[in-house]
Amino acid sequence: MNSHAFTFCAETFHALPSGALWWPAAGLLCVSDLHLGKAERMARRGGPVLPPYDTADTLSRLDAALAATGARRVVCLGDSFDDLAAGAALAADHRAWLLRLMAGRDWTWVEGNHDPGPLDLPGTHRAALLAGAVTFRHMARPGAAGEVSGHYHPKARIALRGASVARPCFLADRCRVILPAFGTYTGGLATTDPALDGLMGPEARAILTGRRALAIPMPRLPARRRA
Amino acid sequence: MTALPTPLHDWLARRGWSLHPHQQDMLDAARDPACLLIAPTGGGKTLSGFLPTLAELTETPRTGLHTLYVSPLKALATDIRRNLETPIAEAGLPIRVEDRTGDTTATARKRQRADPPHILLTTPESLALLLSYEDAPRIFAGLQRVVVDEIHALAESKRGDQLMLALSRLQSLCPDLRRVGLSATVEDPAAIARFLARHPQPCRILTADPGPAPDIALLDVPAPPPWSGGGGRYAIPAVLDAVRAHRTTLIFHNTRAQAELFFHDLWLQNADALPIGIHHGSLSREQRARVEGAMVTGDLRAIVCTGSLDLGIDWGDVDLVIQVGAPKNVKRLVQRIGRANHRYNAPSKARIVPANRFELVECHAALDAVRAGALDGDPRGPGPRDVLCQHILIAACAGPFDADALYAEVTTAGPYAALSRDAFDACLDFCATGGYALRAYDRWQRLQQRPDGTWQLRDPRAARQIRMNLGTIMDTDTLKVRLRGRGGAPLGEVEEAFAATLTPGDTFLIGGQIVRYEGLRELTVEVTRRGGDTPKIATFMGTKFATSTQLSDRILTMMAQDDWPDLPAHTRDWLHLQRRVSRMPRADRLLIESFPHDGRAHTCVYGFAGRNAMQTLGLLLTQRMEDLGLGPLGFVATDYAVLVWSVDPLTDPAPLFTGDNLRTGFETWLAGNAVMKRTFKASAIIAGLIDRQSPGKRKTGRQATFSSDILYDTLRKYDPDHLLLQITREEARRGLVDFGRIEEMIARTRGRVDHVTLPRVTPLAAPLFLEPGRVPVQGAGAERLLAEAAERLLAEAGLGAPDTA
Repeated sequence: MNSHAFTFCAETFHALPSGALWWPAAGLLCVSDLHLGKAERMARRGGPVLPPYDTADTLSRLDAALAATGARRVVCLGDSFDDLAAGAALAADHRAWLLRLMAGRDWTWVEGNHDPGPLDLPGTHRAALLAGAVTFRHMARPGAAGEVSGHYHPKARIALRGASVARPCFLADRCRVILPAFGTYTGGLATTDPALDGLMGPEARAILTGRRALAIPMPRLPARRRA
Repeated sequence: MTALPTPLHDWLARRGWSLHPHQQDMLDAARDPACLLIAPTGGGKTLSGFLPTLAELTETPRTGLHTLYVSPLKALATDIRRNLETPIAEAGLPIRVEDRTGDTTATARKRQRADPPHILLTTPESLALLLSYEDAPRIFAGLQRVVVDEIHALAESKRGDQLMLALSRLQSLCPDLRRVGLSATVEDPAAIARFLARHPQPCRILTADPGPAPDIALLDVPAPPPWSGGGGRYAIPAVLDAVRAHRTTLIFHNTRAQAELFFHDLWLQNADALPIGIHHGSLSREQRARVEGAMVTGDLRAIVCTGSLDLGIDWGDVDLVIQVGAPKNVKRLVQRIGRANHRYNAPSKARIVPANRFELVECHAALDAVRAGALDGDPRGPGPRDVLCQHILIAACAGPFDADALYAEVTTAGPYAALSRDAFDACLDFCATGGYALRAYDRWQRLQQRPDGTWQLRDPRAARQIRMNLGTIMDTDTLKVRLRGRGGAPLGEVEEAFAATLTPGDTFLIGGQIVRYEGLRELTVEVTRRGGDTPKIATFMGTKFATSTQLSDRILTMMAQDDWPDLPAHTRDWLHLQRRVSRMPRADRLLIESFPHDGRAHTCVYGFAGRNAMQTLGLLLTQRMEDLGLGPLGFVATDYAVLVWSVDPLTDPAPLFTGDNLRTGFETWLAGNAVMKRTFKASAIIAGLIDRQSPGKRKTGRQATFSSDILYDTLRKYDPDHLLLQITREEARRGLVDFGRIEEMIARTRGRVDHVTLPRVTPLAAPLFLEPGRVPVQGAGAERLLAEAAERLLAEAGLGAPDTA
């Protein structure tokens, strides 16, 4: 399925082109930063009234990823809802859709900075989840090992014969994996940003999402600028 | 005849000046509700606009705002203030003049709102902002006149549409408001008059004596122009000779990149070290101010420049204008010529340098048009609705409004005179609820109806955001360029997309110097002066002008001649050879040539629809060829033709060029195209769907902002009839996509296709092989390119091939 397989904590993981992380041995699918209800939240706060189709779009892509992998366990890595009120205000049909996806699956909601409290939804609510040697949490901790996180929405830019393409991407090195945002209305933070640069080791790769997952060396600023 | 009040009359007399006839005409027409003056550059046009104001305020001194002056350029407003202050001071008139632009300090703005001057000089954007304040009725109370300068330039853009909507608002606040438009020579004065006047009121049109005919010809260059390219480098010795023989020369280029390259090469050959400067919109304000200053004091012999010098700022003693590259548009050429000899009644002198062999033909056609006084202009069509959406939001910022009254007011603006109530209501609905098929925001509407039926902002905090996004100018996202080091000098700006292609060590041109890219720091491109002799990368992407319809028609007419005695032998022979081995393109037929070259099949379509439309045609054509399995590999487009190369030849092109086929292709192509997404983004910002990216905001590096492409894709998928997609399709008829010109080509040729198959490259197609800007075919190809790049990068980093599952 055009994914990129890599070894992390002695386990095989697949970075899917959709931006989800698939761990076949554990039957576990991990998605991060769904930001459900984002358009609604922006309108509520007097901002622009964006096309109100983001929640349905995110759910349908999640639906597809679950169908394609047949995952038994699901970890949502935080910022699943754009805020707690968005979680509460989920439209009835979207809520029913989500509950259908959750039915029969071991589902964990990891807390994020946008949705720090427990949600009015079934599933397990946790600050972080330990599975084997792997820790799932929303925001990467410096110095952590065996950690899978989200939060930053990394995106990589790559030059192509005079033009350039920017894609949401995974970042992976020996110690950690950072997932791209899965939500439809989510922007990205360039991999060259000091926040990401400081977290990732020198051998880190960026795995671009899109039609096919593609691994490249993590794009960063020239070494002497990083000091 | 209206006489001037004594102080003004005496001041003119002391100076030994008398009024031009059109200035007297303007005084006589001072009471007209609307009046348009058409005058060439240097005809004392601006003073004509202000004379009635000066006269009225001298005769009847008063307080409060009397005249509002609107110009497209901030610099023009400042310039005019200085020019007005002289007569006011010397004649001792009781008049206060101030300007108000984006550069005016917050303190001055506040004072202007509390105590407006007699004459306020401003821009369309600053006026719109003033109208968004609740106290707008007080600020504008008693306003008598509005003077719109350079209205011909404003009428070509959304800035003009926005201004006319603002005037409709002003007219409601000040029913006695009289409108004056000042215009350079245009092809259709009546159209500008309709644009300006309060619909359906009439508008008087005054025309100044155009002055003596310009002295205009091709620059005499001994070397023949090259086969392709746009630089005009071959002409540098001749240009330097011309500069030497004149006091001050303006050297116009069509793009910033060309101006930079030409300036660089000019200095390499400038053995006498003639003082020559460069001026264009991407240079830093400091750099531009330095050049402008040196120009005014007469320290420069020449300035290499672009459209940033197009409008009427007085640059003093210019006695020669050189246009490098085909002017693409006769009207613009005439207006540029007017920059030379800024004195009335002296002929302007201009010389044109065709940049390549084909442009030689185009320049001849343009000269013919200038001599015939035939200006071009493609009518713009009704006022765009994204601008109307912004106008509605601005109205809501100022206070509750009544929809019926606002509709009635909007339709008094020339560009919106034919706006239907349904179209207006769709815009109002968009502003209020987003206008989505899914009514999701009933609770969170942006505009809300009050019990009395008027509309207001639901959340007053929204006003700030609306004001911050005001205006219709689309800055491409740019990054500042600075010399590295503490307090490094700013050099100018480059487009973000260009900056993204740079890797440290790359060298490029900016402000005439070669700089080396060192890195990116907080959204500033850091460079050093350690450049080599040749820049590695061309500067800027930028837009290119397309040859106008009229000029394209003239070229086609010229090609139909039996012989071309006026053209130099090298070009004449080239055209004769084309006729012998193939055919000449014709206005009423579509010439398509197919020939093999370098192991690939080639197809050349002579559509003569202008660069943007030909580019679109190339995209549509390669898409159809991909569907047909012909393996298109790439194409290149110019103003007159598109050349496609493919694995297999196109044997029967005619069916591809029927209107229905192209239109169907266009609809499908809308889906994924980057140019469409750019068009959408501009309209989405203007209509208030997404925020402008202000540099300050981006600096925080937040990951919260997301690209407008996502919204475009979402709307295409879930709400294809949404207002903003309708607007995007309307916009695509012109501008970068320019599908309107393709429709025109279809109508002109009506399926009469001449398909010529030849064994080798034809004379007319040959230059296309040298043309830069080749576009590889996207689609499956793009992913392949990305995969290749990924593999190469991994290999370079010693990481080996990715282990893909």
